[in-house]
Parts: sequence; structure tokens; C-alpha cells
Amino acid sequence: MTAGERRLLVQRVAFSLLGLATALTVLPIILIVGVIAWKGAPALEWSFLFDAPRDGLRAGGIWPALVGTIYLTIGTGLIAVPVGLAAAIYLSEYARETFFTRAIRIAIINLAGIPSVVYGLFGLALFVLFLGLGTSIVAASLTLSIMTLPVIISTAEEALRAVPQSFRLVSQGMGGTKWQTIRRIVLPQALPGILTGVILGLERAAGETAPILFTGAALFLPQLPASIFDETMALPYHLFVISTQVPGMPVKVQFGTALVLLVFVLSMNVLATFIRSTYRRRRQW
Amino acid sequence: MARTRHPFEAAIEAIIRLSGYSAIIFVALISLFLLREGLPAFGEVPLASLFGARWYPIEGFYALGPLIWGSLVVTVGAALFAVPLGVAAAMFIAEVAPRWLREILKPLVEILAGLPSVVLGFLGVVVLVPAIRESLGLPTGLTALTGSLLLAGMALPTIVSVAEDALDAVPSAYKIGSLALGASRWQTLWRVTLPAARTGVLTAIMLGIGRAIGETMAVMMVTGNAPVVLLGPQALVAPVRTMTATVAAEMGEVARGSVHYHVLFTVGLVLFAISFVVNVLASMVLLKRRAASGRMLS
Repeated sequence: MTAGERRLLVQRVAFSLLGLATALTVLPIILIVGVIAWKGAPALEWSFLFDAPRDGLRAGGIWPALVGTIYLTIGTGLIAVPVGLAAAIYLSEYARETFFTRAIRIAIINLAGIPSVVYGLFGLALFVLFLGLGTSIVAASLTLSIMTLPVIISTAEEALRAVPQSFRLVSQGMGGTKWQTIRRIVLPQALPGILTGVILGLERAAGETAPILFTGAALFLPQLPASIFDETMALPYHLFVISTQVPGMPVKVQFGTALVLLVFVLSMNVLATFIRSTYRRRRQW
Repeated sequence: MARTRHPFEAAIEAIIRLSGYSAIIFVALISLFLLREGLPAFGEVPLASLFGARWYPIEGFYALGPLIWGSLVVTVGAALFAVPLGVAAAMFIAEVAPRWLREILKPLVEILAGLPSVVLGFLGVVVLVPAIRESLGLPTGLTALTGSLLLAGMALPTIVSVAEDALDAVPSAYKIGSLALGASRWQTLWRVTLPAARTGVLTAIMLGIGRAIGETMAVMMVTGNAPVVLLGPQALVAPVRTMTATVAAEMGEVARGSVHYHVLFTVGLVLFAISFVVNVLASMVLLKRRAASGRMLS
């Protein structure tokens, strides 16, 4: 064998091994989604979606948990989106690269890495006890929104920075103030990117369990919460409860719940990917 | 140029500025409240107990050691799977796969990143736990190994995407130069691109491991939660109890302001400290690269 042939052989073996590792990474994902869809689909009936659980959670549906997760996701969005967007505008349009700005960036990366259960502890200490909000939808949403902030800030900042500098210069050259420029020129151009980040952030919030364990999640409520100061059931916590805490739980109900949660979360993921790819293609600059 | 500022505009700018500081404010608040609730434990629990070998809160044994050990075993196990797989997959996606395959692989990895940990935990309970019990002939499938496998799944997307970005950011002049000197694509990847991207790849590994240490629900559901310290490889096939699982499982039951409550916050403090160190180190690398690429563009 010549040296050249040997080299190509080594390359072929090496690339095959890399491909194998990639397959080992990716195939379980397809398997996970496939198994849950396959085994959960039979449980999906109107009554499963729209009834409250019965018989110690073993029968009935998941309606209060589904609505609770929608409430928490909306609550998180209402708090995290304005704050996160404003922070992104600050970083992209106002802040200069100083030591202080660097500290903000380190803090953002830090927030993104704090374990979810530590957010739960923090929410319990600050919102539930110190501010006296009790275990409630507000306390849980506040906790989730702080966890979501870093995702929204960093994706929104990236989207704002991608708007060409010349757009800002033209607007200000025609007499627009800084805020008018941001409001009428920069924000609309960056909107798709911002939207993608918001959805990805909320996707994460919708699927989280640990931050709401001690800040607002209820084991079982026969009816929907009446106000934002009530506890609520939530899909991820419900799935945790019925897969570890309830003996004799029918497998069909477990897989059905997992499937609904998965569809909820993945449809947000698909929506975000769709918005991103559509606007990237349509972009003129 | 002095333009008279509208009061409305000034108000908006004040709000934007304040929100800009929010990340720092929240990191400060989080450390403040963890300290406030966690520090009293050092006065209430004898140090000999905190640094002892038993976690048995009902009888007043609050040793952090077994919990830290549990987190360590599960995380090291996860790294053994996730690091080689993740780096190899990143190399494949960044440098080997044709464009069309890349467009399929990247969204798939993003799906894994988006899977709620409780869904992975659930599948762990119904699929992985029985499989491990039977295939290894163990008394229970709720082991550190089971937790490690799930954690590897949670750490993989972070490792793959950050490492892939790092490999992608290597200037193509390096690769072209190497190929022009007669190196094969594999030699270029292995001896030029990977070494050039090494800080980024190390950051990816660190962030992935950081994510694994902090993971809660999936680990709590499949590791059996026994606070025992086993040394040696058998630790992997026995039940363990991690820091995160302890907090999640016990905080719901304790009385507010009790000793047990304060100790759980101390555990939270340890977790926070670990993630703080990991992320500050990682952000230094990530921010430096950002500054460097900014220089190249301007």
C-alpha cells in the first residue's frame, strides 16, 4: 500500500467513526420522539385533553395541568419579554464596551447556567416568602421568567446587532431621535429574530419542573385556578407525579401526558425554526 | 449635537438602562437570598455533622459529602459518554457532513436540547431502568449509571452546538493552507482545525458538564436517591443521591426556617458556586472570541 492509499484508508476509518458517533447522538432523539408518539397517541381523546384527572390521577384527563402550563407560559412571557427586550436594546444600542458591559455579559452567561432547582430555591426565598406572594402562579411565573431572561436577551441582542448600521445612520440623518430610530427602524427589522428567541425561551420555561416545584405547582386541583395568586397544576410536574409518585398508574395515561407535553414544547421549537428560516431567506440586506 | 430631549424619550431610556442592568441585579439577588437562607446552617449544624459522612436529616445528620459525591459520580459517568460522542459529532457536523445532512442534523440536536428533562426522566423510568436492571442483572435499575446516561443526553446538545461553533470559527485559511500542503481532510481536521479550536471545544465540554451537574428532574427520577458513598467502579451501578435531587425531593416537606430548610439552601449555595465558577471561566473564553472576531470584521 502506498502512503497515499494508507492516508485515505485512515481518513475513511476516522470519518466513519465520527459518523457513528453522530448516529449514536441523533438516533436516540428520533427513537425518543417516536416511542412517545407511538405509545401516547392511543390516549389522545377529547376527554383526555378536556377533563380533570379522577381516581387519584389514574383516570380522567389533563385539562387543569394543560391550562396551568399555558398560564405559566403566558405569565413568564409577560414578565420576561419586556425586560429581556429592553436589556437587549440597552446592550445593542446604548452600552459601550466598558468593563461594566462585560460584567453584564458575564452575568447573563451565569444566569443561563444556574441549575433550575437553584432558581426554585431563589423563587421560594424571594417571591414566595420574602415578598409574601405565596405559592402561586405569579411567584412561579416570576421565577421562570428570570430563568428565561438570558435566552431572550442574548438572541434579541444578536437580532438587533444584525440590523445594518447604515439603517440607523439614515434614520438619524433624517432627523429621527435615537428612540424613534430604535422604535421605527431597528425593532421592526429585528422582529423575526427577536420572536425566535422569545419562543425558544418560553419553550424552555414551559417544560421546566424544578423551578415551579416549591413556587406554585400543585399536585392536584379539581378545577382551574381562580386568580393569579392561586397554585396551579402544570404538565411537566404532572408527568413527574404520575410517573414516580402514583403506584399502579396506567402506562397509557403516562405516555399520553408525555406526548401532549412534547407536542406543546416541540411545536414552539418548530415555530421558532420556521420563523428564522423564512425571514433569513426573505432578508434583503 | 444638542437636541432637546423629550421627557417621554428620557423615561424610556431610563427603563432600558435599568433593564440592561437586570442580569447583574438578578445574579446579585440570587446569591444574596441563597446566602441569607443558607448561611444560618453553619451556626445550627455542628461542622462535624456538615462535613461528616451521613445524610439522614430525620436524625439530624446533614453531611454534604455524600451528596457532592453522588453528583460527582453521576456527572463523571455522564461525561464519559457525552464528551467523546459530543466532540466527535461536532467534528462530523462541522467538517465532514455534506450540507444537506448538516441541515437535518442541526435541528435534530436542537430538538434534544428542547426536550423537557421530565420527559427524559419519564422514559428513563419506563424504558431505561428495567433495561439496565435486566441486562446487568442488578437488584434495581435505579442506579448512577442510569442517571449518567440521561445526563449525557442533556449535556450532548450543549457540547455539540458550542463545539461546532468553535470548529466553524476556525479561519478557513488554516484549512486551505493545510490542504494545499498535501494533508488529507482528516489530517487537516485532526492536526489543524481541532487544535485551533481547542479553547472553544474545552468551553463546550465545560458548559456541558456544568449543565449535567445542575440537572435535577431526570436525575431524581432514575438514580434511586440513596445517600451512600461507594468507592470504586461499583458506585456506577448502585443508587446514588445527587445535590439537585436532594433539594428537589426534600424542600417540599420541610418546615420553613427549620435547620433542614437552611441546610437545603446550603446545598443550593454549593450548586450555585459550582455553576458560577464554570460559567465565569466559560464566559471569559466565549467573550474573548467575540471580541477577537469583532476585530477581524472591523
